[in-house]
Amino acid sequence: MIDFTPFILSFKLAFFVTIILLIIGIPFAWFLASTKSKIKPLLETITALPIVLPPSVLGFYLLVALSLNSPIGRFFYEMFDVKLVFSFPGLIVASCIYSFPFMIQPLQSGFESLDKSLIEASYVSGKSKIETLFKVIIPNIKSNLLTAVIITFAHTIGEFGVVLMVGGSIPGKTEVASVAIYDFVEMMDYKSAHIYSAIMLVISFLVLFVVYYINEKNKRKFNDIY
Amino acid sequence: MKKTKENLMIFIDVRKKLHGVYKDMELKCNIELKKGDFLAVCGESGSGKTTLLRIIAGLERAEGRIVVDGEVWLDKKCFLPPQKREIGFLFQNYALFPNMNVMQNLLYVNNDEKLAKKLLEMSEIYELKDRYPASLSGGQKQRVALCRALMKKPKLLLLDEPFSALDPKMREKLQNELSYFHKEFDLTTIMVTHSPSEIYKLANKMIEIKKGEIVKKGNPKEALLNTKSSEKFALEGIIIDIKKVDVIYVAVVAIGNNLVEIVLSNEAKEFKTGEKVIVSNKAFSVNIRKKE
Repeated sequence: MIDFTPFILSFKLAFFVTIILLIIGIPFAWFLASTKSKIKPLLETITALPIVLPPSVLGFYLLVALSLNSPIGRFFYEMFDVKLVFSFPGLIVASCIYSFPFMIQPLQSGFESLDKSLIEASYVSGKSKIETLFKVIIPNIKSNLLTAVIITFAHTIGEFGVVLMVGGSIPGKTEVASVAIYDFVEMMDYKSAHIYSAIMLVISFLVLFVVYYINEKNKRKFNDIY
Repeated sequence: MKKTKENLMIFIDVRKKLHGVYKDMELKCNIELKKGDFLAVCGESGSGKTTLLRIIAGLERAEGRIVVDGEVWLDKKCFLPPQKREIGFLFQNYALFPNMNVMQNLLYVNNDEKLAKKLLEMSEIYELKDRYPASLSGGQKQRVALCRALMKKPKLLLLDEPFSALDPKMREKLQNELSYFHKEFDLTTIMVTHSPSEIYKLANKMIEIKKGEIVKKGNPKEALLNTKSSEKFALEGIIIDIKKVDVIYVAVVAIGNNLVEIVLSNEAKEFKTGEKVIVSNKAFSVNIRKKE
């Protein structure tokens, strides 16, 4: 019988990371898209860093930053009684940083390509910034939003290096699916590795297919010429 | 005296530094309007017309004062955000919300289905109410945008070159419609436009802006017509060719979309191809003179 615990852990992690990044990502991406500040290139660089940095490098720094010897790690331990290394909460923090660009970049490009006069038209119609955000801005970058959410989710499920460095591989706590496959191969249990890998492959395929399918459908709806 | 003060509804006196295409300039405008006025704003592109409209709408900040119906929209201490100004704004690109159908676009502004239906029926586009903006033609989008701008029953309607992207036939139709709405809803309207015929047809006041400053102000009927006292008609045109026929010279002048031939008596050497001229009728002869 296959033990599904690692998959459940992977999904739980991806779910929390996506929700948290969505809440942080919308205002941050909006800020990046609309700011004329000189620090914009700096912020964009930091945002994109996790894409090019080897996961082991990011994992190492996160391990150092989140450990009990660092101010961040100690703060979380003393305030919330939470240890951030080799624990699930630690995985969430690390994954949020690792998956950050995958949420921000699609949102930012969506915001940037949005016709600014739509926002002004909403203001002139007497609508507040919040109402404009939810009724005009977000519905009109729906495909970008969907891409951001799905890619962030999928990328978090697929991550390996950072999770291994920061979380270790504690079964039932931090051993997510991708790490479990590595462990199976190390133990020469190829059968389990095959099953896990095939499940991951199918999930990844389906997730991407759904994104592209829905985006294509949306495009048709708005461009429907009678 | 007292009565004119009361009729004076809109008072605009604004200044703003602009970073123009060629050089920095200052936009300086002083406009007074009465309820029911239709003001046309014309001038070269980059002269600050659109900025003036955006300042009135509250989409851009400026120094100065705007008072509408006794309510201060802008002065030293106060800046009323666009949400609180009772305006309808027709954007040059229409700015219809692509995620909403025609009806939803109108109801988003003001959830008054009766008014929305009335406006759409007046514009003869009620049957388009379930369509999305992407499936509408330019003229249809324009009408929806105008209806949407009127949903709030604005004190002031602002139009930014509303008909520039339309073909002449549709333009004519929508000009009539706008004129009708202006009267029916007792609107006060400010419209940016390039077209003299549009100004003549719709507006009762006009200003011309050049490099941020008002250079001409007045009644379109007087300001636009080129006729001098004894001329019966006067048309502005451009000489596109001067040819010699036997012993006389004939100028080919483009007036609007038409070409006309005009005999130049003895002053042929005064004119050059490409020159702007006024063709007019005096007594029984056709006369041609350079544009001042």
